[in-house]
Amino acid sequence: MDLTWSADEEQFRAEARTWLEAKLAAWRARHDNRILSGDTTEGFAQHLDWERTLFDAGYAAVSWPTEVGGRGASRWEWLIFEEEYYRAGGPQRVTQNGIFLLAPTVFEFGSPEQQAHILPRMASAQDLWCQGWSEPNAGSDLASLSSRAVRDDERGGWVLNGQKTWTTRGAFCTHLFGLFRTDPASERHRGLTYLLVPLDLDGVTVRGFGRLDGDEGFAEVFFEDAFLPDDALPGGVVLGGVGEGWSVAMATTSSERGLTLRSPGRFCATADRLVNLYRERSKDPDALDPGLRDRVVQGWIAAEAYRWQTLQTVTDDAEGRSAGAASSFVKLWWSELDVALHETALDILGAEAELDNVWSKGWQFALSGPIYAGTNEIQRNIAAERVLGLPRK
Amino acid sequence: MRFAFTDDQIAFRDAVKDLLSKECPPEVVRAAWPDGTDDHGARKGEGARADADRVAKVWSDLAEMGVLGVAVAEDHGGLGMAETDWVLLAEETGYAALPHPFVETACVVAPLLSETGDGDGVLGELVDGTRQAGAVSLNGSLVAWGDAVTYLVALDRRGGEDGWSARRITGGVALGDDEHHRRHLADALDAGRHLVQLGAWKADATLGDTDAARRAFDRGALGTAAQLVGLGRRMLDLTVEYAAERRQFGVPIGTQQAVKHHLANVAMGLRFAAPAVYAAAWSMATGSPNASRDVSAAKSLASDAARTAVRNTLQCHGAIGYTVEYDLHLYLKRAEALSRAWGNAAWHRRRVGDALDI
Repeated sequence: MDLTWSADEEQFRAEARTWLEAKLAAWRARHDNRILSGDTTEGFAQHLDWERTLFDAGYAAVSWPTEVGGRGASRWEWLIFEEEYYRAGGPQRVTQNGIFLLAPTVFEFGSPEQQAHILPRMASAQDLWCQGWSEPNAGSDLASLSSRAVRDDERGGWVLNGQKTWTTRGAFCTHLFGLFRTDPASERHRGLTYLLVPLDLDGVTVRGFGRLDGDEGFAEVFFEDAFLPDDALPGGVVLGGVGEGWSVAMATTSSERGLTLRSPGRFCATADRLVNLYRERSKDPDALDPGLRDRVVQGWIAAEAYRWQTLQTVTDDAEGRSAGAASSFVKLWWSELDVALHETALDILGAEAELDNVWSKGWQFALSGPIYAGTNEIQRNIAAERVLGLPRK
Repeated sequence: MRFAFTDDQIAFRDAVKDLLSKECPPEVVRAAWPDGTDDHGARKGEGARADADRVAKVWSDLAEMGVLGVAVAEDHGGLGMAETDWVLLAEETGYAALPHPFVETACVVAPLLSETGDGDGVLGELVDGTRQAGAVSLNGSLVAWGDAVTYLVALDRRGGEDGWSARRITGGVALGDDEHHRRHLADALDAGRHLVQLGAWKADATLGDTDAARRAFDRGALGTAAQLVGLGRRMLDLTVEYAAERRQFGVPIGTQQAVKHHLANVAMGLRFAAPAVYAAAWSMATGSPNASRDVSAAKSLASDAARTAVRNTLQCHGAIGYTVEYDLHLYLKRAEALSRAWGNAAWHRRRVGDALDI
C-alpha cells in the first residue's frame, strides 16, 4: 500500500492548479465576471467558451489519447485533475454527458471510424451530445421504452418515431445518443439499438423546459417520421450492433452511476467549503447551534471516505479486480452525501439560506442526484441482487 | 499510489480467516458466555455450546501462528509488522466475534511495551499467548475479559492531543469483589466479553511519552474499527443467507425490495468504512501527521456502519433474530459494544473537527 503521489503526479497537479487559476480568472473576466448557469441559453454560450479553453490546453478530456483530443493522462492523473478542477471552483461541464457517458461507450463499442470522428469533435465541443433514454412512460423501467426506429433499406437509414424526455441540456445540444426499438416484435431489453442522432434532422423537435431550479436544463425530444441516414455520421449511426442496444447502453450506465460522472474531487471540494463556512460563521459563538459541527464533520468524513474508496477501486481496476455492479454503491454514496452537505450548509446559513446563493442553488441541484442516472431505489435493487446475491422476483 | 494489500498480507489474512472459521464458530463464541442466570434471572447464553476448552484453544492457536506478536519488534520475539499488516487480521477477529482481548493484547499493549522497553518483562508471555492484556481508555472503568487479563493499561487524554498518557494499572479491585471472589463479572449486554468494572485502582507507572500513548490509543481505535467492519460483514452474510431461504407470501423474503434496500444500506456503509479503516492503518504505519485524524474518521464510519448493520440485519430476520438461540445476537451485541468502545462515533467526529480546526 502506498497512498502517496509520485513526483510526476505532483508536477501534473501543480501545473493543473496554476493553469486553472489563471484561465478561470481570464474566462470570468471575458464575461464581465457574470457567469450564468450553463443550463440557460446565454450561460451555455459562456460555458462553451470555457470548454474550448479546456480543449485547447488538452484538459477537456485528460484521460483520452492525444490523437482524439485528450492528453493521454493516467486514471490517477484524471482524479488529480478533477480534485484541482473543483478545488479551483471550476464550473459545471456542459459537455459532460458526451465526455463522461457516451465516450466510454464509443471507446468500447465504436468502430475506428466512429471514434476518429466523434471523439475529437466531442472534446472540442463542436458536437454537443445529450442522452436520449428516458421516455414519458419509461423511466426507472427503461426496458419498457417504445420509441422506435424502422429500417428503410431503400433510402438507407432509419425512420424514427416516439418521444424522449428529461434530456439534460437537450435544447442546447447538437446530437443525441439514444435507445430505440428496432425490432417491433421485441419486448423489454431485446430488440433495442443504440443510435447516434443529429438533432437537426427533419422531423425532430426539441422543446426545452424548466427544471425544479428554474433553469431550462431539461428538454423533450419528439421524433415524427424523422429520417436518420446511415451516413449521417462517418462510420454509421449505430453504436455496437443492431439489436444489441441494451448491453451497449448498460456499459454506459455503469460509467454514469460510478466514478466518472461524479468523482470524489467534487465532493471533497464541497466538504472543504462547508468546513470553511462553518469556521467563518462560528466566530460568533451565539450564531450557530453547536450540533451543526458534528454534521459538518460527518459530511467531511463521508467525502473523504469516497476518496479512499475511489483510490481502492482504481487500484483494483488497474490490477484486474473489477468492481462491476458495485458502482451502484458509489452512486448511492455520492448522491446522498451531496444532499447532506448542502442541507448542513443551509442550516448554517440560517434564515438567509432562503435567498438565492451558491448553497441554495447547489441544494436544488443535489436533490436531483438520487433521481438521475437510475434512481437510488433501483440502485439498491441492483446492489442487493448483483453484489449481495439476493434473489430476484 | 497503490491502495491495495500485498499478496503476503492477503495470505496472512486468509490463514487467520481459515483458522477462525474452523476454531471459532458460533458455538465457541457462545461457549465464552457464562452459564446460568444473571442478577435479573435472564439466561442470555443459551444455545448450542462448544466445549469450554475450545475457547482457550483459539487463543493458543493464534499465538502459534504468530498473530499475537504481529506488532511486536522482532528482537522482542514478534513479527515486527505494521498496522497495514494486522488491520485485516483484526477485521477477521471481528468477523468471528473472537472471545478474547485481541485488540487490547496484540494491537495495543504488546506494541506499546515493545516500543517502551517492556520494563515489566511480560512481552514474551503476551506473544506466546500465556498472558492476556487489557486496556481501559478515555477514563473508562470497564475491562473486557477482565477475569483473564493480567496486565492492564489505562490510556487517557487530558486536554488536547499532547495530553495523552499510558499508565499501568495495578491493584485494581472490581465492583462486586469480596474476600471469596475476585474479578466479579458485571452483568452486561455482551456477556461473552467478560466485563469487569473497576471500582478502585492505582495507575501511576507511566509507559512511554505522550506520543507513544496517543499511538497506543489510536491502534486500539483502529483495531476496533476493523473488528466492527468484520462484525458488520458477518451480520450481513448471515442475513443474506437467511433472506434467500425464509419464505413469506410464497416467496423468499429477499425478493422484497424493502429487505433488499435494508441490506444494500448495510453493505454500502461497510464498503465505505473499510477503505477508510485501511487508509488509517496506512497513515499509522507511515507515521503520517494526519494519523489520529484518519483513525478517528475510520472509527466513526465503522461505528455508524456497524449500528446500521445491527438495526437492519435484525429487522430482516424478524423475531427469529430476536432470540438467544439464534446466532445473530452474538455478533449484534458485540457490534453495539464495540461501536462505543475506544470512543463512539461522536467522540471521534469531535476529534476530526479539532484536527480541521473548526
